[in-house]
Amino acid sequence: MAINLKELSKKPIPISPGHRACAGCGSIITIKLVLMAAEDPIVCACATGCMEVVTTIYPYTAWRVPFMHNAFENAAATMSGIESAYRSLKKQGRIGKNIKFIAFGGDGGTYDIGLQSLSGAMERGHDMLYVCYDNEAYMNTGIQRSGSTPMCAATSTSPVGKAAQGKKQYPKDLTRIMAAHRIPYIAQASPHRWLDLMTKVQKALRIEGPKFINALSSCHRGWRVPMSNSLEVCRMAVETCYWPLFEIENGVWKLNYRPKTKVPIIEWFKTQKRFQHLLKPENAPAVAEIQADVDRRWSELLQLCGEKIAP
Amino acid sequence: MQRIAALTGNEAAAEAMRQIEPDVVAAYPITPQTELMQKFAQFVADGIVKTEVVLVESEHSAMSACVGACAAGARVMTATSSQGLALMWEIVYIAASTRLPIVMTVVNRALSAPINIHCDHSDSMGCRDSGWIQLYSENPQEVYDNVVQAVRIAEHPDVLLPVMPTLDGFIISHTLERVETLADDAVKKFIGEWRPAYPLLDVDHPITFGALDLQDYYFEHKKQQAEAMTRAKEVILAIGKEYGKLTGRGYGFFDEYRTDDAEYIILCLGSAAGTVKSVVDELRNRGRKVGVLKLRVFRPFPDGELARAIGHARAIAVLDRAEGFNAVGGPLAPEVKSALYKKSDADVCNYVYGLGGRDLSPVMIRSVFDDLAEGRADARQAIHLGVRE
Repeated sequence: MAINLKELSKKPIPISPGHRACAGCGSIITIKLVLMAAEDPIVCACATGCMEVVTTIYPYTAWRVPFMHNAFENAAATMSGIESAYRSLKKQGRIGKNIKFIAFGGDGGTYDIGLQSLSGAMERGHDMLYVCYDNEAYMNTGIQRSGSTPMCAATSTSPVGKAAQGKKQYPKDLTRIMAAHRIPYIAQASPHRWLDLMTKVQKALRIEGPKFINALSSCHRGWRVPMSNSLEVCRMAVETCYWPLFEIENGVWKLNYRPKTKVPIIEWFKTQKRFQHLLKPENAPAVAEIQADVDRRWSELLQLCGEKIAP
Repeated sequence: MQRIAALTGNEAAAEAMRQIEPDVVAAYPITPQTELMQKFAQFVADGIVKTEVVLVESEHSAMSACVGACAAGARVMTATSSQGLALMWEIVYIAASTRLPIVMTVVNRALSAPINIHCDHSDSMGCRDSGWIQLYSENPQEVYDNVVQAVRIAEHPDVLLPVMPTLDGFIISHTLERVETLADDAVKKFIGEWRPAYPLLDVDHPITFGALDLQDYYFEHKKQQAEAMTRAKEVILAIGKEYGKLTGRGYGFFDEYRTDDAEYIILCLGSAAGTVKSVVDELRNRGRKVGVLKLRVFRPFPDGELARAIGHARAIAVLDRAEGFNAVGGPLAPEVKSALYKKSDADVCNYVYGLGGRDLSPVMIRSVFDDLAEGRADARQAIHLGVRE
């Protein structure tokens, strides 16, 4: 069933207003879109992090669907248990409904501390969708660098100083790490292309087995952008090909969006204060290096997706 | 009708699990627990239990999956040892604080470093303040009995706390002994069905598990958890009695052996009790007034009952199969001392023994009784029994 805005507007919103996310938070937009896309009843789990903290301050909860938070590194393992309980009880005839399972984690809980538990859950083939809301640092604890933080981004633990220009390493490519798990569905998405993200969620939830979606979800506190620019800054990440939108269905790679003109990465840097040091003339070589990396990875992706590599 | 079988401690636990037939078991293999899970995996492979087994990639995920499954509404069990329990540690606390009645058999094994695969209680003692009920077993029979009772205790509406039945690694886990087991339907009837009040899978009544609890509620929730542990005492006794009616083997907080008129008493946990009992018999034959108290329930700690049971002794030796590294002794002794405080004039001394699987011999036990009788036991500092100086 195609997603229709008119129909969507009639649907109850599974995450209530009144949660404590920052105004303009990219992650809560991502989570709302994911939840709104689900057709069957869903049960959610979440790693410790912004989204858990802002939605569940006792005695309140913003979740209008069953929700569980366990710890930081184990959203996938916790969901493995929930999903196994569902299979067991369904087999015994103690549950009749079809239920879908969605686990959320930020980049810290997914790229870093939760990678083992995520990898294990995917390898075991649990029927769940794992969504990483990737805001490229440990935002909840004060903007420390993570395995997803971009090269040269300034964070509180990879600050800019006389001896360093922000983070010294490239981020790991989690989406491709997940692809190596050979699960039936993997996608990269961004909340500014809401229809693309929601279509991917619907597609994923219709497939049995483990699914993974990596959604770039800006954090205006951490990225140092005006709160009204949350989605614009995500758009620029996609237009520069820093965050390409693609999906891998049963091993087949497909590009979902190709910018008409590839915007230079410096334009994305200009939108965020975490990269402002890169605009100094002496850092031009670093920018060129990052641009070369973006170009190389973009061509690789085009090749994997069977697209023309042309200019 | 009870059946008689020759079972190792691990097999006894696996047999109890087969009869309990939990909805979900999530586990990771670790020596000396491996035989237990292998045995259970075979039951699953043979299709004789309906359990969903989640063979996870680490103990951390094993406990995490147990927490998820139990919150979902399933009856959940697991088993571990040593480093595995240490890796679970964070989630062990979450299981108890979320009030999830998970049953986890712990096959006691020393903690690293140095790495050692043999028995001591440093693993389960490390979880003593985690909010789990702890039941120690002397032999495979008690392992079986404790695992069956653990389900009832954990799921009791006044309790709702996870339970950790323990057994000494290799000494019990790999020793074949005579075990009386109940018929399958008798176990099913004894434990009943698990119907949680607020299962996560009830999508029509969504609830939030694991909320953030700040200064305004955390303390109250901790107090409720502490009260559940206090209420557990009565429940453990009632279930132990009911189990006794069913099997002829009743259970309380501890097992008193020739302590009534004993002047000198050894207090210990687990398999050591068997050896101490035989030494007690031998010394009694020689006219010495000695006895042994085997503590079954370490959490909740039965302090008043313990004081009443052994407070009359002249001297008491507490055997600890774990070091406390507090420059005093093991973890059990201070609890016994505080239980007896102002209620008894008995001297209480502490012996640390058997670390990393070191044997506890009758000679050592005789030396402990001799120390007590001759006033040689140091009441302050623990004596390391059977260690090379």
